[in-house]
Amino acid sequence: MDEHSINDILFEDVNLTYDGDDGSLVAVHDLSFEVAAGESVAFIGPSGCGKSTTLHMVAGLLKPSEGRVLVGGVPVDQPRRGTAFIPQDLGLFPWKTVLQNAALGLTIRKVPESEARTRATEALEKVGLSGFERAYPKELSGGMRQRLALARALAMDADILLMDEPLSAIDALLRESLQDTLLDLWLERRHTQMLVTHSIGEAVYLGRRILVFSERPGTVVAVIDNPDVGMAGYRASAEFSAKCQEVRIALANGSSVETQGGDPTDSGAEVVR
Amino acid sequence: MNRPPSMIRRIIGYVFAVVFIIAGWWITALLVNSPALPTPAATVGVLAQNAPTLVPYFWTSAYRVIVSLVIGTALAVPIAHVFARSRTLDALFAPVLYLLYPIPKVVLLPILLVLLGLADAPKIALISLTVFFQVLVAVRDSVKIVPESAVLSIRSLGGSRWDEYRHVVIPATMPAVFTSLRIGVGTAIAVLFIAEAMAGSTGLGYFIMQSWSMVNYPRMFAGIIALALLGVVLYAIFDIIERRLTRWRS
Repeated sequence: MDEHSINDILFEDVNLTYDGDDGSLVAVHDLSFEVAAGESVAFIGPSGCGKSTTLHMVAGLLKPSEGRVLVGGVPVDQPRRGTAFIPQDLGLFPWKTVLQNAALGLTIRKVPESEARTRATEALEKVGLSGFERAYPKELSGGMRQRLALARALAMDADILLMDEPLSAIDALLRESLQDTLLDLWLERRHTQMLVTHSIGEAVYLGRRILVFSERPGTVVAVIDNPDVGMAGYRASAEFSAKCQEVRIALANGSSVETQGGDPTDSGAEVVR
Repeated sequence: MNRPPSMIRRIIGYVFAVVFIIAGWWITALLVNSPALPTPAATVGVLAQNAPTLVPYFWTSAYRVIVSLVIGTALAVPIAHVFARSRTLDALFAPVLYLLYPIPKVVLLPILLVLLGLADAPKIALISLTVFFQVLVAVRDSVKIVPESAVLSIRSLGGSRWDEYRHVVIPATMPAVFTSLRIGVGTAIAVLFIAEAMAGSTGLGYFIMQSWSMVNYPRMFAGIIALALLGVVLYAIFDIIERRLTRWRS
């Protein structure tokens, strides 16, 4: 156990089978990979390939049918204190104010109210939501809601951040600025990060390593190192385009269905020309 | 943030409504020209005159309705949650609910009178039953739309079952409770009137029908106004609570 940091993630021959009404469904098959402490990894693959399932297992929401999922060398059998999970539609609470939403992780962990409020206020400031403490999520724009979900994770001072397609509902321009926020936070805090996305550009901009999934039953078909993450002006560089192309080819090889072509720098949203 | 203007607009709205209703009432009273429907001006005198006799009847009726609302809700909410939680129970009881819900519970009054006597019990039982079904159906539907991702958030934070209830299920379903109570007040008061008019010698329903049989129309009308007032006050209370609970939706 000594060789582990407290926040590295290890999958060992993981299988997960859902038992439904009409037979069982293998969601992930023979999944083995490692995310080192402080690393940022992006998961990309076709819809329904088990990317979300994989995140849920790290979050302690699902247990593998076979194999082991270890965080810091310890099998995950329940949600872990330092892990923050941002679900696909953000998991905000419409009836709670922005401040209450940001403080929720602390409230549930029984942090004293005044301390929870201070930490949540600081986290909101960090993501640029100061002044909106008393608003409700409905009064926020999509990008602000995304920032709020992030503030909740920051308030908890998480050392592992799991995000399930966090920017999928956001338009292209705003998306890039939020990707910058995510990148800056990671460069500053160096938490272990797992990001599920269906956007090639997003995976390449944020993932120091990119794990490409096959179609269901999902497994890793390619691992692409992406050491230039965080480099100034990366998004506009030739290296970035080349990396996007590499991911696109890996995706095409890993799936029997032809992947859609397009601009290699496309960050996932449709761009009208 | 722009509270004063919206507040003033609301007050103007209510003033308009009151003026409109009183004008309509006045014109109708003048056209009908019957002692059974006094004008608003005459009613003020009638109410003042009958207030001392009216007050105990009013409290009896208010007590019955409020106790029934509490009992009906207290029974319906947990049962609705159990249904929503268990697919088997829900599948088993959904048809039962479907068949029983549309039956006007007021037809059970004669049975309840035989079983429970003539005092408070049959009235409270009947109104509770009416409220019970309304709240049950509304809450059962609202539990089904509890946002799944909010539940996931709670679980990923290591929250307990109780946390799920406290932070998700209760806040998501409470508005439905008060919406169904607000909408149900009218029916509850109607059932109360019928039950009191048919049996016993207490409550506003009895007061109204007794005045009617004595051909004391001003007294009868005072009773009607008191019963209407009871309905309006309860409606307004539920409306205010509902608004407070659903501020996040606006």
